[in-house]
Amino acid sequence: MSLVSIRDVRKSFGPNEVLKGVSLDIAKGDAVAIIGRSGSGKSTLLRCINGLETYQSGSIVADGIEVAGANTNLRELRRHVGMVFQQFNLFPHLTAAENVMLAPTVVNKVSKAEARATAAEVLAKVGLSEKMDAYPSELSGGQQQRVAIARSLAMRPKVLLCDEITSALDPELVNEVLRVVEQLAREGMTLILVTHEMRFARDVGTKLVFMHHGKVHEEGAPKEVFAAPRTPELQQFVGQVG
Amino acid sequence: MSYKLQFAELLPYWNVLLYGLVFTIVLTIVSTVVGIAVGTAGAAARTFGPGWLGRIVAVYVELIRNTPFIVQLFFIFFGLPALGLKLSETTAAFLAMVINLGAYSTEIIRAGIEAVPKGHIEAGLSLAMSKWEVLRHIVLNQAFRKIYPALSSQIIIVMLGSAVVSQISAEDLTYAANYIASRNFRNFEVYLLVALAYLLLAMLTRSLLRALGRVIFKAR
Ligand SMILES: Nc1ncnc2c1ncn2[C@@H]1O[C@H](COP(=O)(O)OP(=O)(O)OP(=O)(O)O)[C@@H](O)[C@H]1O
Ligand SMILES: [Mg+2]
Repeated sequence: MSLVSIRDVRKSFGPNEVLKGVSLDIAKGDAVAIIGRSGSGKSTLLRCINGLETYQSGSIVADGIEVAGANTNLRELRRHVGMVFQQFNLFPHLTAAENVMLAPTVVNKVSKAEARATAAEVLAKVGLSEKMDAYPSELSGGQQQRVAIARSLAMRPKVLLCDEITSALDPELVNEVLRVVEQLAREGMTLILVTHEMRFARDVGTKLVFMHHGKVHEEGAPKEVFAAPRTPELQQFVGQVG
Repeated sequence: MSYKLQFAELLPYWNVLLYGLVFTIVLTIVSTVVGIAVGTAGAAARTFGPGWLGRIVAVYVELIRNTPFIVQLFFIFFGLPALGLKLSETTAAFLAMVINLGAYSTEIIRAGIEAVPKGHIEAGLSLAMSKWEVLRHIVLNQAFRKIYPALSSQIIIVMLGSAVVSQISAEDLTYAANYIASRNFRNFEVYLLVALAYLLLAMLTRSLLRALGRVIFKAR
């Protein structure tokens, strides 16, 4: 039984077909790394999974909820599908703890005290216990991104979508974020990661997906796929970024 | 150039002046609070609401921003009775001010909302918040912080512009000045004094708003 099941999804922006029949199955506990060239549709696919984008045909079922169903409650879906963005997107007028507490108090209606306890727990998990009361402007990029991860975790998602979450970081800050993601993977969190960090994809991913021209071009166990890419497109891609 | 200033001749009218001053202050405060509430709702409708509602708001904003305030005031006070809606001077003055500031602040606040990065809105939605929760908890705070100076200026403009309500005999500060001048003919003294009162009021409002802004937006 897969936790996220994507069936022949097609998506166009105007005349530009960006997803050309994508199918993918993601089981509980998978850490799926999606790689591919710029414009191959990786972000679009991720955004379709939590309903930030709509798609024209096919189906996506996440945690038993049909994303584009006529009566789908996107709110319910998103309580189970978290997302972390390349640009952190912390709310600048709130402290780290308040950023984390906002959705639990507003959406789940838990008390401030309970939300603060959760915030303390998830911020400790990402190694930022001392920064609870810091504002985003007082944090480094790496710290901001870890707060953003903690903010998603506070909603106890079943799946976490990560779209190039280290791409906006200075090189020396990349590892502190990757370590957090690696720990989540080890703990069994289901992850779908769009990434340009090939080593990370190989070492931490349980499954590798290579997207090309709006399709899943090749997929498999990361170490095998990297060691012996079958398609010339992936061979070339791995050669370039490798 | 040997005009002798006779401020003493204004003394008997101190209560008229005071009433006018209070009227202008209350008119400004009420129209600011209600006008900004209208502006917030209008801006929310234009950015987050359904298209048909946004278009209605757009028409309202353009109608008000492209006609003189005094004509809006006259339309409400002298025009509406033709439709059976007869308002007192005071009610008409308050209504016209709210409608006017509501339109201008709709535009100002909308600009603030549109300046909030789209990513923040998507982050809020991804956390399972509804559109309106995102607007309330994430967007508006940032928007107001950004446009607070512009909004403050608009409040001062509206306060000074409120002098026009004397034209329908709403008893504001300018009405008091007209009233006194028509009785003691000390035009120079009366209008000098009232000009100073507006100047002081404007400067006071500006520093009050600045202090208020520091309190509201203390966090960075
Ligand atoms: N909102 C949009 N409107 C129109 N076209 C879009 C939109 N978003 C993405 N596209 C187009 O869809 C295609 C795929 O974009 P997408 O962002 O999914 O690629 P990507 O694989 O994530 O690339 P990158 O590695 O650069 O992030 C691109 O051609 C892009 O121009
Ligand atoms: Mg992308």
